[in-house]
Amino acid sequence: MPGVFDGIKVVDFTWAMVGPMTTRYLADHGATVIHVETATHADILRTAGPFKDGVPGIDRAGYYAQYNVNKYGMTLNLNHPEGVKLAKKLITWADVVAESYKPGTMEKWGLGYEEVRKIKPDIIMLRTSMQGQTGPHSHLPGTGVNLVGLTGFAHLCGWPDRDPSQPYGPYTDAIAAHICGAVLIAALDYRRRTGKGQLLDISQFEAGVNFIAPVMLDYFVNNRVANRVGNYSPCAAPHNAYRCLGDDRWCAIAVFTDKGWRAFCRVIGNPPWTTEDRFATLSGRKENEAELDRLVEEWTVKHTAEDVMTLMQKAGVAAGVAQTIKELYDDPQLKHRGHFWVFDHKVLGKFLCFSSLAKLSKTKPEPRMPAPCLGEHTEYVCREILKLSDEEFVALLSEGALE
Amino acid sequence: MLDGFRVLDLTDEKGFLCGRLMADLGADVIKIEPPGGDPSRGIGPFYKDIPHSEKSLYWFVYNANKRGITLNIASKDGQNIFKKLVKKAHFVIESFSPGYMKSLGLGYAKLSKINPEIILTSITPFGQTGPYSHYKASDIVEMGLCGLLYLCGDSDRSPVRISFPQAYLHAGAEAVVGTMVAHYHRGQTGEGQWVDVSIQEATYLATMNAPLFWTLENRVLKRAGAWRTGITSGILQRQIWPCKDGYVNMPVYGGDLGAKTNRALTQWMRSEGMADDFLASIDWNKFDMATVSQETWNHIEQLMVNFFKSHTKQELYLKGLTLGVMIYPLYTPEDIAKDKQLGERGYWTPIEHPELGETLTYPGVAVKASLTPLQIKRRAPLIGEHNREIYQELGFTKEEMVSLVEGGVI
Repeated sequence: MPGVFDGIKVVDFTWAMVGPMTTRYLADHGATVIHVETATHADILRTAGPFKDGVPGIDRAGYYAQYNVNKYGMTLNLNHPEGVKLAKKLITWADVVAESYKPGTMEKWGLGYEEVRKIKPDIIMLRTSMQGQTGPHSHLPGTGVNLVGLTGFAHLCGWPDRDPSQPYGPYTDAIAAHICGAVLIAALDYRRRTGKGQLLDISQFEAGVNFIAPVMLDYFVNNRVANRVGNYSPCAAPHNAYRCLGDDRWCAIAVFTDKGWRAFCRVIGNPPWTTEDRFATLSGRKENEAELDRLVEEWTVKHTAEDVMTLMQKAGVAAGVAQTIKELYDDPQLKHRGHFWVFDHKVLGKFLCFSSLAKLSKTKPEPRMPAPCLGEHTEYVCREILKLSDEEFVALLSEGALE
Repeated sequence: MLDGFRVLDLTDEKGFLCGRLMADLGADVIKIEPPGGDPSRGIGPFYKDIPHSEKSLYWFVYNANKRGITLNIASKDGQNIFKKLVKKAHFVIESFSPGYMKSLGLGYAKLSKINPEIILTSITPFGQTGPYSHYKASDIVEMGLCGLLYLCGDSDRSPVRISFPQAYLHAGAEAVVGTMVAHYHRGQTGEGQWVDVSIQEATYLATMNAPLFWTLENRVLKRAGAWRTGITSGILQRQIWPCKDGYVNMPVYGGDLGAKTNRALTQWMRSEGMADDFLASIDWNKFDMATVSQETWNHIEQLMVNFFKSHTKQELYLKGLTLGVMIYPLYTPEDIAKDKQLGERGYWTPIEHPELGETLTYPGVAVKASLTPLQIKRRAPLIGEHNREIYQELGFTKEEMVSLVEGGVI
């Protein structure tokens, strides 16, 4: 079945997380995406773990392999004048240029938006960066791990009586990826209708703050500086991750209403304490929450996390196992959704990674090819897409323009 | 980019952000609430801490840029009115339990008969079908089942979620991606379709590389709080450091990756008399995080803690970057509000609230589009604020509207 973006051509100068995550949306749905890298300065994802069997190697990194499926990969040295010339040929061929270097880097190569637009007037250029293309801090280096601090997520994660915990990894990259994907596709459709391209400048800092926007209004309006609160919720109790039977096993339970509370009590067998007045209302349960959590855990530690979830859900109470990364691969719901695609990768072998996340009823993307090994399609792109002659290709190769 | 396209937004908090982003892109988004208002208006925090259905800051933010009507789609009359609206709409977004829309006679099959081009986007906890499709969810439950919860928190306490709920926002934003793919397809073929978004799956994107540690290295990652466990050495290393007025973030890397930064930091510490001879003698190019002992590392760490505690987070952030050391502050909401970069980028957006007699400051749009800028043009709707203009557009007379109000339809 043809993909939605069949015929759309993308030259992808992005690296690290959010850029490749964004162009993957187009690649999954059929666009021809050429991921341009250089062997002279490896993509940070190729040097970060995990690696196949724990052994580092440029083509052994799962991080890279996950976000670059369904794309072609070529190496190109943009510090070489012939490399830049070839990049311009790729831009002439493309509908979309994407990049995620530190602002100013593309300009250094003569590939800023103004130059790119001269080469291809209707180009869409997506530029995603830490703090945006403009402003006093736009040129500061960093990654999503640093942005977790700037955007408040690190401050807002953990226990109020302790140092902040911070969410796992470069969290804001995921936020920016959803937003970049949405806006890029909207811009592509606008171009399809009007013939007009444009520049899209995305600040990951700003995207991250959008995900705590009410907290910012609370500051501006009520002068409140929100703090981390563990698993506290102002409108639910019980509301926590509760210890279950086994080693480091936990199940989240959330009870919002009195009806939910009664259902919860039935599941745990209506022990006498559940009828105490102090737990009869939500406000009572909030006031006595520490004691409540202790009593709830007396019951949960006697059951497996899976049983707690199943018993609660059967009674209509929101509950979910705190799944380990191992369990995700056996999650029956994710399986049912076809959440994992399987690729046959030259170096990684059988490689599982997430599929196209939103499921569409009529346009169903399929895994077409695994992420490229470094430079895997350099020759293919030069000969088949850019139609270079043998002499031209060999000359570029020997000059080091294709490194 | 979506000027001229109309969205009917039936979502609760599970899907607010989807319509909000589409409105930022220029779509005419009509938020449809049950008569009396959406229960999600009860989500705090509230304007001046007054719990009131017209004062939820959560509602303000994620329903800004939308118009609003009330309509009881559980009633026959309400369903007929909704069908009229669908005729002229391009998108319907909803977040009811799977099967609810169908039970009202408003499932995708019915809607597509009324308007074959319609795109229906459904945002649900686990998707439309499958063993968990009828499971109840909340933010912490989604965080648990997508794998993020287990990875987050201190190792000696329970896993912990991000204090401000995140899962529904991931789903709302991912729903726009799917909806835009369907929109592009419709532009080419004229056919609409049904977009099925699972909050669990959308939030999975934020697990980043974590799940791959299992398939590639056979390891199960665990939470370590402000610390990180060295991947090969197994020693505990701080990632988050206390400083004079809060915290900063600086992962320390060994070998070539960290050498430049580590050298620059050591020099900076020496210039202030805060590095001892041992620290000054380290050859950072040869320093290997994989073989350093916990004892040696603790010694280095203590010197760094002392140094950081003598500086503010802004000093460490901005001076550090001029010296080539990446130390990033852990901003609080107050720090974010005062950040120079956000201010000079024009991020903060004033939105008038005439009913409050005030203009409030909102976080702006995260994307600057050169030709068709994303914008926040209006505050979130009051309950039924646009009933008159939208029902009149549908051809209802004032008298008919009165009877609809009396019948509890609008």
